[in-house]
Amino acid sequence: MNSTPAPDLSSPPEAAHAPEQPALAAAGPLASYWRSVLAILWKDLAAEFRSKELISAMLVFSLLVVLIFNFALQLDRVARENVAAGVLWVTAVFSGTLGLNRSLALEKDRGSLDGLLLTPVDRSALYFGKMLGNWFFMLIVQAIILPVFAVLYNLPMLTPLLLVFVVLGTLGYAGVGTLLASMAVHSRSRDVMLPILLLPVALPVLVAAVQGSGGVLEKRAWDEISLWFNVLAVYDVIFIAVAYMAFDYVVEE
Amino acid sequence: MIETRALTKTFGLQPVLRGVDLTIARGERVALMGPNGAGKTTLLRIIATLARASFGAVRVAGHSLPHEAEQVRRRLGVIAHHPLLYGDLTAEENLRFYARMYGLADDGAHLGRLLERVGLAARRRDLVRTFSRGMQQRLAIARGLLHSPDVLLLDEPYTGLDPAGAQLLDEVVRAATARGCTILMTTHDLEHGFALAQRAVILVRGKIVFSARADEMTPAEFARHYEQHTGARP
Amino acid sequence: MLQSDRALRTLNVVTGLLLLAATGMVFLYAPLERTMGAVQRVFYFHVAAAWVGLAAFLVTFVVGLLYLRTGNPRWDRIGHASVEIGLVYTVMGAASGSIWARPAWNTWWTWDPRLITYTVMALIYVAYLMLRQGLEDPNRRARFAAIYGIVGFISVPITFFSIRIWRTIHPVVVGGSGDAAQGSFAMTSPMLQTMLFSVVTFTVVYICLLANRVRLEELSERVEHLKARLLSA
Repeated sequence: MNSTPAPDLSSPPEAAHAPEQPALAAAGPLASYWRSVLAILWKDLAAEFRSKELISAMLVFSLLVVLIFNFALQLDRVARENVAAGVLWVTAVFSGTLGLNRSLALEKDRGSLDGLLLTPVDRSALYFGKMLGNWFFMLIVQAIILPVFAVLYNLPMLTPLLLVFVVLGTLGYAGVGTLLASMAVHSRSRDVMLPILLLPVALPVLVAAVQGSGGVLEKRAWDEISLWFNVLAVYDVIFIAVAYMAFDYVVEE
Repeated sequence: MIETRALTKTFGLQPVLRGVDLTIARGERVALMGPNGAGKTTLLRIIATLARASFGAVRVAGHSLPHEAEQVRRRLGVIAHHPLLYGDLTAEENLRFYARMYGLADDGAHLGRLLERVGLAARRRDLVRTFSRGMQQRLAIARGLLHSPDVLLLDEPYTGLDPAGAQLLDEVVRAATARGCTILMTTHDLEHGFALAQRAVILVRGKIVFSARADEMTPAEFARHYEQHTGARP
Repeated sequence: MLQSDRALRTLNVVTGLLLLAATGMVFLYAPLERTMGAVQRVFYFHVAAAWVGLAAFLVTFVVGLLYLRTGNPRWDRIGHASVEIGLVYTVMGAASGSIWARPAWNTWWTWDPRLITYTVMALIYVAYLMLRQGLEDPNRRARFAAIYGIVGFISVPITFFSIRIWRTIHPVVVGGSGDAAQGSFAMTSPMLQTMLFSVVTFTVVYICLLANRVRLEELSERVEHLKARLLSA
């Protein structure tokens, strides 16, 4: 950071040489940027579909939260309908935290984060690769939880409008969560650090997503819920842009 | 190929490197030795673009750091005691992933040759998690060579390698310098490091205190110097 | 060093005098409010503490940007000190607000957007301090703290607006009040003068605390530095 290049060591870049230089992929800068993003996404998905460590933990945890809410709030039929959106999002947020923590801890513990940082890829591509993976895992968990939820709470959960809120809400959460998780893994008490860092910052996502999905479930008019849609969209754009700019500073040493 | 001038790195107030001047020519093999906490890994991490110097200048492969880090990364390979691999991917998938990250074309034959080279062709489709430490380290060698780097950094690469793997790494290192690759390695094994390198450098408390060419002295003499400078038996 | 010592001492004295003057204004100059009586006087310090607390976090945001740009550890020290002081102001704001809210709203606490936002903001900066505590490497600590100070501050207005859509009962003192606001009152000009003077005073108190805190930090780092030099020599 405080590097003040002292004496200039000017010598011309030495020419590349090697008998058996592997072929470079023919691609423009933008194409190769997205190629690396997709490579990271592919790597995370391939590893996850093999071990199923992360998604199964998130899923079991989500189901437990749904059940515990039912007992803790002593939900009868009317109460269930009123708090359904809240329970749904608390579930998503908590299981999302679990997944974010694990996904970044995996990179750090096996030292593979250094492997990623050694590659000639823009740091923000690493962020987008990890963020898309985390988002995708949250969406998969939601895709399984929503039908279960619909059955348990006897509510129509699979309406397109509700799915829009799920997609936008999880995007914002994964967007800022990936940035904060990549900082939290370096701290001493990292497992408790991430929720403490993330939840207060992500509160607008929770408020807007709960209000929006609640509005959808109560079959309110679009005029009443479009406001929440806007809040989510604005939050997503702002925080993904901030994370995109800040990620460089998280990984550099 | 690698040049550092007055390189200084502090962690807070703790100085780790205190003005390191090191020049390594193209195709040279240099071993970096010193007691624990001398700053060897920090020096390697700065040259590897993973950390930034607090003061001083660093040039690698003709590009200055940290501003031209991306160009340096393109031409730099690292083999460390951490294999830097993903346990839930197969050997081949690991290499393919890194090949994509280095912007290489999807070339199965190239990956196949590399796996053959490190003796893992038969287990290319097995998960890295199931590999022994030595096999993971062999795959790490393949990962480091994937993009035919011009500069190869080795941080305690022999840790965890079986004798056959160590011999393989020796061959890889010699073959790499034969084609003009520059090598800087840290090692605890004084004798082996001195035998493999063309030049050995001793780092003590963040400063280079001794440097000798391998053809200038016998390993025993070098060991004596090492003892003198570090105050410890190797 | 000596020069800055003298400046700091002058600042300390000026701050003390201002604080005395502000207290005097609140109790002697500002008139008694008709409906709420004496308890309304807490409002002057409440507004001042709340505003300056917010300003302290804004300072952390700005020096966070400066730190990431320049890497100068001084910005990190200011950011850290500003969060500590900001949290003290936030607690003062909340406590004085509660004292006022009990007679005005008949409750110590209410789920009003401004109160929730303020609480969430306080939690963000408690998290900021915890993050700092959990990181060993000073360079990394400074970087992460700067980033979190930026991210946290950006989230505050979004939190406010997203919660605001639930109806507010917090009075809007400056710039007219909504129909729902309870306990609002018309300000006479001595009241306004007292409030503005309190805000200025609290700002000076903030600057004074910040200067002392940063100086303390610099001195203790100097001690550490000298110790390290002594040990390595």
